[in-house]
Amino acid sequence: MSFYVESRRRRYAAAVVLAGLVAFPLLAQALDQGFYVSLMSRVLIYALAATSLNLVLGFGGMVSFGHAAFVGLGAYTVVLLTSAGVVSAWVAWPAAVAVSALAALFVGAVSLRTRGVYFIMITLAFAQMLYYLVVSLKTWGGDDGLPLAARNVVGAGIDLKDDANFYYAVLACLVAALLLVGRLIHSRFGRVIQGIRENETRMEAIGYPVFGYKLACFVIGGALAGLAGALLVNQTGLALPNQLFWTQSGMLLVMVVLGGVGSLYGGALGAAALLILEEVLAGYTIHWQLGVGAVLLAVVFLAPHGLAGLATVMARRRHG
Amino acid sequence: MTQLILEQALNGLQFGLMLFLLAAGLTLVFGIMDMINLAHGSLYMVGAYIAASVAEQSGSFVLAVIVAIGATAIIGALLELAVLRRLYRRDHLSQVLATFALILISNEAVRMVWGDQPVMLAMPEALSGPVEIGGFMYPAYRLLIVVVGVAAAAALYLLVARTRLGMWVRAGASNREMAQAMGVDVQRLFTLVFAIGAALCALAGALLGPLLAVQVGMGESILILAFVVIVIGGIGSVRGALVGSLIVGIADTLGRALLPTLLREVVPLEIAASLGPALASILIYLLMAAILFWRPEGLFPARA
Repeated sequence: MSFYVESRRRRYAAAVVLAGLVAFPLLAQALDQGFYVSLMSRVLIYALAATSLNLVLGFGGMVSFGHAAFVGLGAYTVVLLTSAGVVSAWVAWPAAVAVSALAALFVGAVSLRTRGVYFIMITLAFAQMLYYLVVSLKTWGGDDGLPLAARNVVGAGIDLKDDANFYYAVLACLVAALLLVGRLIHSRFGRVIQGIRENETRMEAIGYPVFGYKLACFVIGGALAGLAGALLVNQTGLALPNQLFWTQSGMLLVMVVLGGVGSLYGGALGAAALLILEEVLAGYTIHWQLGVGAVLLAVVFLAPHGLAGLATVMARRRHG
Repeated sequence: MTQLILEQALNGLQFGLMLFLLAAGLTLVFGIMDMINLAHGSLYMVGAYIAASVAEQSGSFVLAVIVAIGATAIIGALLELAVLRRLYRRDHLSQVLATFALILISNEAVRMVWGDQPVMLAMPEALSGPVEIGGFMYPAYRLLIVVVGVAAAAALYLLVARTRLGMWVRAGASNREMAQAMGVDVQRLFTLVFAIGAALCALAGALLGPLLAVQVGMGESILILAFVVIVIGGIGSVRGALVGSLIVGIADTLGRALLPTLLREVVPLEIAASLGPALASILIYLLMAAILFWRPEGLFPARA
């Protein structure tokens, strides 16, 4: 099957999924299942966070084990701004993006001097520093976190307090982020960072400023994670230090690997699969983590390229 | 003041030695098989729970520690045979995913057996009081931990430096293919190394149980500290793990005890009160970032 047929088919699939997501709140409200709108908002927010990590990990080839720090930083920025009187989403959310991007610039500038396992560990170290900083700052609420007084205001007669409106805001952000990442990975910049992922020495020899490209990729990933954090705190109404703990970074990594490393929709797919699996299992048993763990193990051994890879393999098999 | 520093230094030594028990197994697994095992902290948790149960049933702390070590070593070996063995040839990401799954599974399994609430592990009655050393009082139980920790470190050193098994381990850590070519059965060796690592985890879990809460998730926070230790010390080096553990243990404990007081001397009280604890808890991560920045291979690189 040629690349173009495959990419066209993928575009159709994306359009169908998008149509389904747009119709979802209407359907849920018609069936009187409003709870699912808020659940799906959560799924979409994590889809955004995982997509941002996949840009860094899957396309940039950098195994960042501290990505939750940028999500958490975005969340805290929004809460602190809101309690200072800045309630407009048009100010608070870009500010969250900017703060996370700045943090990523600093963390990246230091961490990218190391390679491999050491890069994993140093990004982890920075995330843990931020976690402990947040926990020990009394003015930031310590262990209890900081509550968000009310969801941010977007104006134009749209009230985000309504779960359906908030859902559409999240969906818009996710779609915009996917479009951006999609454009990015097919641009010159995207080709270069994927070249670096494949062979850093060669790209360096050709004359590309490898460090700068990797840092730019890391910063864009961090910025998008900040947006996810801003949305997350609007959804839960609380910025918690646990959102920065290393297990959260691990969870994001799991989502990306589960969905498919280096596949445009991999992060979103993995986030949706993991959160929906959790929700379904939690409906049956309080020991749902056991089931999630078992499924993850099965994925590692049976579908090494994640769900996106599995879909490709199945499509290939069907079409010969 | 000197007495405070001395006491805290001893506490730091004690914490460092316990970290070493965890880090030793982790660094060998990491060094020989190039495998990231996030589930190492789960063995520590399981060891502590088993010790708590046996101590509750039998009333004997010594028996509890021995049973915990044996049982956890068996669990570790089984885990290696059933799951981890299949991961050595995979990339780091798959290892992270699979061992993260093992954390979820073992946390839930522990919850199913022992319930949600923290479990009590009482320290032996005879050691609950203080003893006098060098002119000041120090808790006897903490002193015991230091002694056991030193003994375990010494035994491990002899095992690695003086025995045939240790020679194989060192050969495997510095060049796995070459060791295999020279006839070392790396597969069996590794199951053994893993069982020893699990046993050390259980020892640390059982000894720290009376001081910290035995609860689900106890492995996650200490696991990251163990990773910090092996990165500082140099991956694959047991000597590096020992030095790294002592640095991290002492820096962390002394930092927590002294930084708030020291800060009060230079900045206003109010800022010091909130900045002190924050700075103390990120101190070791700063240390690790600095060491990685100047010595990216750690203090004692295993692969020269």
